[in-house]
Amino acid sequence: MKYCVTNCHFTKNRRFCHNIGTPDGEMRLRTAHQLTVDNDGVLDTIALGRVVSRATIVREICHHLAPYQVGEKPINGATVIAKDLTIDSLAIMDMVMELEDRFDVSIPMNVIAEIHTVDQLADTIQDLRAR
Amino acid sequence: MGLFDRHAGLLEAYRTVRTTGQDPFHIRMERVLSPTEAIIDGKKTLLVGTNNYFGLTFDPSCMDAAIEAIRAEGTGTTGSRIANGSYNEHMALEHEIAEFYGKKHCMVFTTGYQANLGVIPGLVGQGDFLLIDADSHASIYDACKMTQAEVIRFKHNDPSSLDARLRRISERKEGDREANRLVVLEGIYSMLGDSAPLKEFVEVCKRYGAYVLIDEAHSLGALGEHGRGLCEAAGVLDDCHFIVGTFSKTLGAIGGYCVSDDPDFDILRVTVRSYMFTASSPPSIVASVRQALRVVKARPELRKQLWDNVATLYDGLAGQGFKLGPEHGPVVGVHLPDRETAIAFWRAMLDAGIYVNVATPPATPNGVSLLRCSLCAVHTRAQLEHMVEVMAGIGRQMGLLPPAKARAASGR
Repeated sequence: MKYCVTNCHFTKNRRFCHNIGTPDGEMRLRTAHQLTVDNDGVLDTIALGRVVSRATIVREICHHLAPYQVGEKPINGATVIAKDLTIDSLAIMDMVMELEDRFDVSIPMNVIAEIHTVDQLADTIQDLRAR
Repeated sequence: MGLFDRHAGLLEAYRTVRTTGQDPFHIRMERVLSPTEAIIDGKKTLLVGTNNYFGLTFDPSCMDAAIEAIRAEGTGTTGSRIANGSYNEHMALEHEIAEFYGKKHCMVFTTGYQANLGVIPGLVGQGDFLLIDADSHASIYDACKMTQAEVIRFKHNDPSSLDARLRRISERKEGDREANRLVVLEGIYSMLGDSAPLKEFVEVCKRYGAYVLIDEAHSLGALGEHGRGLCEAAGVLDDCHFIVGTFSKTLGAIGGYCVSDDPDFDILRVTVRSYMFTASSPPSIVASVRQALRVVKARPELRKQLWDNVATLYDGLAGQGFKLGPEHGPVVGVHLPDRETAIAFWRAMLDAGIYVNVATPPATPNGVSLLRCSLCAVHTRAQLEHMVEVMAGIGRQMGLLPPAKARAASGR
């Protein structure tokens, strides 16, 4: 897993993470439902707000799907995940588990079965976050 | 569109496998000689892939019990227990298994697959939650399709991943009743031979009031002071609400069971379709399983022999530089880089007179390709040392292992 956050552990049901910064200063590498930043050596936990832009969700999904891209055809909202890419059904479910933890939602397996496109997956995540 | 067009991809892949040599999914055992040897392709072959953990398939007392039962009660029951009735021996077997676990109730199924397929949807339905480990056996995945419950996967052997999912459920507002949560785990996972961190899982489940179902298919006999499985080894037998298992591995026959203390457990006999609508276990199977359970209780040395053999194979292969599953287990999974290499390696082993399983995606976790070896208490040390040597030779020949002299002594 390329974007795994290291040094994670659980204390009283809260996940504390280190090492999520990137060389360019952007906070892109986030897999936990809460983000922790190193602040003068003291760990602060910033809860991910309930409102996450749809663009952020789509970007995150596309990022997870990048290794399965076919040729130069870009991955976007209309991409049919199981058809347009080289990803198999098990890898889709594993990716969903990563997204679940990233956005702090649980997507039931029967719902996953009905999702075909990146847009549908993003909508599902957004709907579940709104609950 | 033809009926089989949907399988076009698989057909093509399988055709390639079949036309390039021995087909790993269609092996013919011309004659099985013992728990550890069979004639394959006219040649005596060492069996290290048959889940025959205690070697009881040829135990004289089990065989005698089966033969006697056939003479006394015939070859089959010709119907299900709700239609044709239960034989005394079915009830006796259920009583003995319940007693083995110290649980009040037991239901026996014709196969282990049917036990999971039937029990799991019998426990959770509409409005409930079913949480399964990502590396669950196919029987558990198939059970998920039989229930209206919301099915949620958590990361393999990761209690914190389960915790996060149970927390999300508990934070949900909708629904006017307290939904049931059932968590399904396995004692030993069948591909890599790793055990669940059961104590930690049970703690998480307790915190959220979730029920625990554990499948001890590969751990019955192998784990625990009395061979009851991981639930016994981890000291949480009382916290496992439902324990499922199989007769087809350590007990050397076929069938499945589920035990529980729940006072209403028996209602499953008239709700679980895989119990109601299939023929019950024939007398010979019931008799040999009852005897095999007595052997498991009476001969704990078989467990020690099994683990000694695990150590010989696991440590031997690790020492040669093979990448293996994460811990000692009656299943030893050997990682290979891809499907083609795994099949080529498997064929080379068969040519050298050793049979193991080859496991490739999607049957394996994380898309890995494996040679799946399963140990038997009655393998000899010499057989396993020979196997390590053969595998090291093939590994070096295929360029998967460094040359013998350059190898570090300790391996991994």
